[in-house]
Amino acid sequence: MLKKLVLALALSSVSTLAMAQEPKLGGTINAVIQPEPPGLMLALVQNGPTQMVSGNIYEGLLRYSKTLEPQPGLAESWTISPDAKTYTFKLKQGVTWHDGKPFTAADVLFSIETLKVTHARARNNLVQLDKVEAPDDYTVVFTLKQPFGPFIGIFEVGSMPIIPKHIYEGTDVKTNPANNAPIGTGPFMFKEWKKGSFIQLVKNPNYHVKGKPYIDGIYWQIIPDAAARSVAYETGKVDVLPGGSIENFDVPRVSKLPNTCVTGDGWEFFSPMAWMWLNNRNPVLANKKVRQAIMYAVDREFAKDVIWNGLGKVATGPSSSAIKFYTDNVPKYPYDPAKAKALLKEAGYKGEKIRLMPLPYGETWSRWGEAVKQNLVDVGMNIETIATDVPGSNQKNSEWDYDISFTYLYQYGDPALGVGRNYVTSAIQKGQLFNNLEGYSNPEVDKLFEEGAVATPDSKRKEIYDKVQKILVEDVPVAWQLELQFPTITNCKIKNLITTGIGVNDGFRDAWIDK
Amino acid sequence: MLSFVAQRIVKGVFVLLAIIVMNFFLIRLAPGDPAAVMAGEAGASDAQFVQQLREKFSLDKPLPEQLFIYVKGVVTLDLGFSFRQQMPVAKLIAERLPATLLLTLTAFGISLLLGITFGTLAARFAGTWADTAITVSALLFYATPIFWVALMSILLFSVYLGWLPSFGYETIGGNYTGWAHVKDVALHLVMPAMTIGLFFMATYTRMTRASMLEVKRLDFVKTARAKGLRDNIIQRRHVLRNALLPVVTLAGVHSGTLVGGAVLTETVFAWPGIGRLLYEALLQRDYNLLLGVFVVCSAMVLIFNLVTDLVYRLVDPRIEFAS
Repeated sequence: MLKKLVLALALSSVSTLAMAQEPKLGGTINAVIQPEPPGLMLALVQNGPTQMVSGNIYEGLLRYSKTLEPQPGLAESWTISPDAKTYTFKLKQGVTWHDGKPFTAADVLFSIETLKVTHARARNNLVQLDKVEAPDDYTVVFTLKQPFGPFIGIFEVGSMPIIPKHIYEGTDVKTNPANNAPIGTGPFMFKEWKKGSFIQLVKNPNYHVKGKPYIDGIYWQIIPDAAARSVAYETGKVDVLPGGSIENFDVPRVSKLPNTCVTGDGWEFFSPMAWMWLNNRNPVLANKKVRQAIMYAVDREFAKDVIWNGLGKVATGPSSSAIKFYTDNVPKYPYDPAKAKALLKEAGYKGEKIRLMPLPYGETWSRWGEAVKQNLVDVGMNIETIATDVPGSNQKNSEWDYDISFTYLYQYGDPALGVGRNYVTSAIQKGQLFNNLEGYSNPEVDKLFEEGAVATPDSKRKEIYDKVQKILVEDVPVAWQLELQFPTITNCKIKNLITTGIGVNDGFRDAWIDK
Repeated sequence: MLSFVAQRIVKGVFVLLAIIVMNFFLIRLAPGDPAAVMAGEAGASDAQFVQQLREKFSLDKPLPEQLFIYVKGVVTLDLGFSFRQQMPVAKLIAERLPATLLLTLTAFGISLLLGITFGTLAARFAGTWADTAITVSALLFYATPIFWVALMSILLFSVYLGWLPSFGYETIGGNYTGWAHVKDVALHLVMPAMTIGLFFMATYTRMTRASMLEVKRLDFVKTARAKGLRDNIIQRRHVLRNALLPVVTLAGVHSGTLVGGAVLTETVFAWPGIGRLLYEALLQRDYNLLLGVFVVCSAMVLIFNLVTDLVYRLVDPRIEFAS
């Protein structure tokens, strides 16, 4: 079964052949969305389902290829000054909002100012921004306080959605009625949202890329139960199951259904990385040898092959292999229970109870928690599993009320955006999520991450990040597990669904249906 | 009778207030709040972001003040604003209520009709193979978990036979109107309604059978028989009518809880009703929405209990309204 799935994934690359075919016009794609998004105004709500739907409605200045190279979006070209402090974007002309008003640089300026208030990630990404100006209607110039390596990577639609100034200026962005019927520049326009049932988008006939989109519309269907989502696909009611829509153990079965295509592409920008937070404040886990023992004790190949059906990669350290400046030239932690036992003995571990909190995201994660518990018990650790739901897990993690806790986080293509936040001392902030929850503090690591973000050129950045990855892997502040891969399952009649490193979150503008 | 109804309404208002206060504190005992959930979903959470959310939802105010604001709203029929769904709670509930009522009332109707019919038959032919078949089937439906029945019926009727749609309230994108729409919704309704209906049907079957067998042994039935009345008349006018009282009581209790009680079925069948809304609100710690659903469900229970008391009178004229 596993081989077949891997084969299916390999064959999916054949789907690139479809690009050579002439796209056909018309048809509607039915896709699953889960959970139901809380809203569709991307500048206000940034959760996964919102971006998946609204990535069709709004656009960013840039898109990113599967190798994370910037591609034109609302900006058709861009230049970076030699001192790497000035980024000049030439905007595409002739772009209109869904209500017919023209899109100009004023919209970009307005969006930046709005996002600084409403969008936590954008605010963080813009921390080095000194000023942003619009010398004319179709030019935007960003001036930075100092060079910021990942800056060219922060312009995709979810990280920096461009919103219409003429709709939101002078209003309370959070309560503007337009949020219920969002207006963007994207290939699809909002038509209807029947809460609890579906969200309907229709083709934007005035889309600025000639001839696109090819399809007439999209129905995002809201089906809360994972088994019911599988059946909906099986019975032909939906054509697209975005990554994570069905339980992982169901993926091999569904992948084998007739006329089914599977791809792991489209997650390169996000590079989801799973690890276990090890609470460095716990007297047992404060000992580096115990943390290293945990790395040796956990059979990560088993987790990849059995729990994740062979999808993904065993993580070698804090960076995903898909993002910039990754290195595998770091200490290795193969599955070695004997070594784990020896390290625990050296560390003087006497069977103190350690609480393990699996991620409450469904059956796959529960099973993973059970497997890891078994691994740790096998090397003599006293593990108690803590069961909770998502709000409970968020609360416990952010209040540091855990010993070992599963998580997975996006890395956004660059260590300065998605890696450093989990290890630097300044990111130890109680009451918040996705920062340095483990409480690891190392002045050298802090300094290296600080330097890495602003160093130029890239070769210098690589040198710094190589060094910091080595230190972290030696110290094991958290127990890295897998670079996750969420397969997108589609009916094979759907072509060109995923064309960028942002995948289904980047809109269906290139997709067409082979009737 | 009017003073009885008025008294019950006044009492009901106080019960409702007590329910609000109790639930208000109860749901806040669970770990995590809406701000934590939304920060988690956004994949980003700096201090400013979480603080903004807490201020927006008034979660930064002291609990008694939050309670006062909420109760003041409820008194003016304002159930507040849903944190996550970004909509007034009353509007959300009003949008979902018709689907839930359609589902639960259909299920309820089916279960009462079939339950009483099968119960009567089983009692009428007690000890025969028909009685055994009905009793065993009822026991089976009663004991089988609802979600299992739901999943198995999806497998059978949607995947293997392809007769019925597996999820939703209507065919999305079907744009049916008139009778075609009614037929479309009815097809979607069959499996979820049967899933809930079978469980309650089993309950009513067993209750009706037991109650009828008990009444059958009473003296007035013997008297009727001695008078030479035909068996059909005895069963219908004397036995069934008296045996129905416990069934009505049970149906009264069920009818109130049916509004919020179809959580599993609505989730498995993606039925856009109140039960699913409640489940999602719980997972998202959407306090206002949770409280709103509780208030509506509690009000329904109170109303249905009142209706049950009135139905008693119809079923058994000997019962008087105590004021």
